[in-house]
Amino acid sequence: MSLVSQDAEPRVNLLRRLVRRPGRTAAEVTALLVAAVVAFPLYWMVLSAFKPAGEIESSEPRPWTAAPTLDSFRRVFGQQDFGRYFLNSVVVAVAVVIASAFIAFLAATAVTRFRFRLRTTLLIMFLVAQMVPVEALTIPLFFVMRDLGQLNTLWSLILPHIAFSLPFAIWMLRGFVKGVPEALEEAAYIDGASRARFLWQILFPLVLPGLVATSVFSFISAWNDFLFAKSFIISDISRSTLPMALLVFYKPDDPDWGGVMAVSTVMTIPVLVFFVLVQRRLVSGLGGAVKD
Amino acid sequence: MVLGGFLAYPIYQLGLISVFHYTQAQVSGGEPTTFEGFGNYSALFSDGQFWEVLLATVVFAAACVVSTLAVGCALAVLLTRVRAVPRLALMLAALGAWATPAITGSTVWLFLFDADFGPVNRVLGLGDHSWTYGRFSAFFLVLLEVVWCSFPFVMVTVYAGIRAVPAEVLEAAALDGASQWRIWRSVLAPMLRPILVVVTIQSVIWDFKVFTQIYVMTGGGGIAGQNLVLNVYAYQKAFASSQYSLGAAIGVVMLLILLAVTLVYLRLLRRQGEEL
Repeated sequence: MSLVSQDAEPRVNLLRRLVRRPGRTAAEVTALLVAAVVAFPLYWMVLSAFKPAGEIESSEPRPWTAAPTLDSFRRVFGQQDFGRYFLNSVVVAVAVVIASAFIAFLAATAVTRFRFRLRTTLLIMFLVAQMVPVEALTIPLFFVMRDLGQLNTLWSLILPHIAFSLPFAIWMLRGFVKGVPEALEEAAYIDGASRARFLWQILFPLVLPGLVATSVFSFISAWNDFLFAKSFIISDISRSTLPMALLVFYKPDDPDWGGVMAVSTVMTIPVLVFFVLVQRRLVSGLGGAVKD
Repeated sequence: MVLGGFLAYPIYQLGLISVFHYTQAQVSGGEPTTFEGFGNYSALFSDGQFWEVLLATVVFAAACVVSTLAVGCALAVLLTRVRAVPRLALMLAALGAWATPAITGSTVWLFLFDADFGPVNRVLGLGDHSWTYGRFSAFFLVLLEVVWCSFPFVMVTVYAGIRAVPAEVLEAAALDGASQWRIWRSVLAPMLRPILVVVTIQSVIWDFKVFTQIYVMTGGGGIAGQNLVLNVYAYQKAFASSQYSLGAAIGVVMLLILLAVTLVYLRLLRRQGEEL
């Protein structure tokens, strides 16, 4: 008897709370439902990657699989040079992230801490540069790369991506550098710190959350790109990147859905891992960037 | 320097190419390039398809921006009303959608809405209705994908902004008997205005330049080019039919339109008395 009442007590309380706060319960149910809808495409992607071919191409798709298999992944990894594509993608993305974070940090410090002529003009240029349709610039960039003899090399992917991710990165980082009180800088100089020392040992750690947030953007743009890869890597397919590998399986008339979903999974997971790792800093970082 | 080299120079070249007659023959050096002045532009402006594509781009981008902002803001407010577990669930799902590369997002959504094997038609009982066949349903499908992958940025940013609003302000409003909608409209929205301006401008820039989704989901612009937007149109003109100068001219037009948007944005910032 006592056992039952002990068990029932919290449940009654819970019910009472639910009745008292119908707004919050409704909100929480909505939040969970939206989360399910938003996550569904990703779930379906991973699920389809593990489904045997017969189940994917069935007119009665089911939200589970009776016989998970690695067939699609085997087909993908068995594809010639897939490891190479993966490696190329990683090299391009990492190079872009490091280089653009480094340059953006210095540039953002320069435009916030120093007053110089054309400073406002420069800032407006950064904003304008973000407006430029990258796809339209592919045309002249193609000729630039050809003249530099960089077609079919990874440089033809790395350099444009650095250039295109910088304006946004500088624009965002500006807010973080601004947030560091100038008194701190003066105090550091009074204590005898050199400019370089202040930059790397005091300012850098303080704006690190901002750098992480901007790095996410440059990483994504480099990792996701398929336009430059499609346009600049024209004949040497050993320099190709992952999105190109995906297109091998995606033929408009008869797509190999299992293969497409497997490549998609392989492509998405590194970004997801990266996101989850920086999640906390990203949220606080975005908050900081827009607060100013 | 990198910026100068890889942004300014191509923009200059873009302008240059757009005033020359530049096709495959000139690229391979078979024929000398000839100066056309504004010939490419007049050819473009007298082409009915260009105007149609321009209209489609503006309407499509506007629809994307409005839906993304509405969904993002609504969910950001929702996030502040729930406890940790549902919040984490929604946050993780949104981060997942955000992290998904545009090209994989496009193929996955296509597969979800596939006429033969997709679960959506199955659930809705639509048989083998093809979503990419009709002009509007194809645009609608792309819109769904674009909203799916771009609302997280708005949601996370606005949520971070709301969290920065002091709790006392909201409590005071609630004590004064303000409704939820009233609080949002009269208290939160004005305080969040700088953030809202930033996410709106970013969304406009991104959605006006949607490329991958259209290119992949409608197979390069849909049946007979019915789903073309300016960006894809420029690319097709330049690389598929080798009319590099026409493609470049379209690029210049896009740039000018976005520049106009930026100027309006800067005006607004100025009027608020903010310094860059």
